[in-house]
Amino acid sequence: MKTTGLITRRQAIVAGLASVGGLVLARHPKDLPPTYGNLLRMGDTFTYAAHRGLLPHQSLVKEYRHADITSFPATGTTNPGVSEKSALGDAYRQLQSGAFADWRLSVEGRVTTPRSFSLAELKQLPSRTQITRHTCEEGWTAIGQWTGVPLSRVLDAAGIQPAARFVVFHSYDDWVDCIDLVDALHPQTILAHGMNGRDLPIQHGAPVRLRVERQLGYKSMKYLRRIVVSDEFDDGGKKGNIQNGWAWYTGI
Amino acid sequence: MVEVLDDRRRASGAQQPHARWVRISHGIVTASLLTLAFTGFVILMAHPRLYWGEVGNDLTPALFELPISRNYQHGGWDKSTPFFQNAAGPISANRTYDIFNQNGWGRSLHFLAAWWLVLPGAIYLVAGIFGGHFRSHIWPKVTELAPRLIWRDVVNHLRLRIPPASGGPHYGLMQKLAYSLVVFVAAPLMAATGLAMSPAVTAAFPSLLRLFGGFQSARTIHFFTFVALLLFVLVHVVMVIQSGFRRQIRAMTVGD
Repeated sequence: MKTTGLITRRQAIVAGLASVGGLVLARHPKDLPPTYGNLLRMGDTFTYAAHRGLLPHQSLVKEYRHADITSFPATGTTNPGVSEKSALGDAYRQLQSGAFADWRLSVEGRVTTPRSFSLAELKQLPSRTQITRHTCEEGWTAIGQWTGVPLSRVLDAAGIQPAARFVVFHSYDDWVDCIDLVDALHPQTILAHGMNGRDLPIQHGAPVRLRVERQLGYKSMKYLRRIVVSDEFDDGGKKGNIQNGWAWYTGI
Repeated sequence: MVEVLDDRRRASGAQQPHARWVRISHGIVTASLLTLAFTGFVILMAHPRLYWGEVGNDLTPALFELPISRNYQHGGWDKSTPFFQNAAGPISANRTYDIFNQNGWGRSLHFLAAWWLVLPGAIYLVAGIFGGHFRSHIWPKVTELAPRLIWRDVVNHLRLRIPPASGGPHYGLMQKLAYSLVVFVAAPLMAATGLAMSPAVTAAFPSLLRLFGGFQSARTIHFFTFVALLLFVLVHVVMVIQSGFRRQIRAMTVGD
């Protein structure tokens, strides 16, 4: 009798795990990033599928009080006008000398009306201010106040097409990265033009940077110049995280 | 061949051997823990400073800093600029130092190994609770917890009187307490503090951050629990060697 009980339990465990696994992995293959036959990328994709399958899509990260704002290191690129020895660097330097009056953010790809926004136009759109914790992959954290336009509002203004699956970002420090629509349409995902009550400083990504609060800091791309709505995953090639050895999804 | 049969007979007579699912779990956990320890150390090398509370970075004070990479007290920061009127308030500074950072593969391998600990670990816990393994072998019996018996076992350990390997789950009192602490305290604490460092998980479960007092507190607890587990593994390996290395390794792998 006892043996029968054990088998039933074992079956229950297997069935339970299989259903969790099914929930996690039963996603449209086009929604998942490729694994490139790489064991590490398979782990990343499993984590991504687990987060999207098991965690609520709309939960907000904690927001702090103004008194909680802390010192904030500037790492990675701190001025593309100095570090980028290319046309992009020249263009950034020129924009910077004109206080970014000529800066434009283009929104293109799978949208009904491709268009671009000047800094003034972005600042006129209804904004959101949030005090959140920045979590760097290195292990440090910092709290800052960010003011900007929800990305969902900008995408709405351009008219996102039903085929859209990812939103790709291009920056003046020649980086390419993308996020899925769950993060792109999240209420705390903003195009930030202000930090701690002032215009966004150069070293933190002026004139506009992305804030993706449910992922690590490196997903919050600085020095934005172009947004492409895509129906396909875009790893950015040599300018993207994956070919440089970094995970695409960093909610962990 | 004769030797193997003799061992088997001895095992079936005086002692039961380690169950197959226990041996498989032990193998998976060993591989995953070694990978987690190695990659965890590589990740810590990128920022070898530990803090308490929600926030900690190179521009805020640390509890302590470990001299484990060239990033130790590197001091490669530009002149700082205050964010507000108050010059003593929060500041920003540009990093000018090329830090050691192997977190690209380090983090991904850490989380891959973590899945191999968490998923088989969950099966092990469920099987151990409902199959009677913990009750029969791991949890100390109430009668074993008499102060006299505890004292005797402590003294025996201090005098390095290690009984020879039985080749099965016949554990002494200290051993049961150590295994219970690892399985029911250290491992769950490791997983929970790990999850408390995930921005996506804490958005869904903010209570994780409240439980540990913030992201950096969770990171510091994660580190000290690792140190405790490392000490356990060292003692565990020493005891395995002391009590008959070959016998113990055979018992936990091929199961005779």
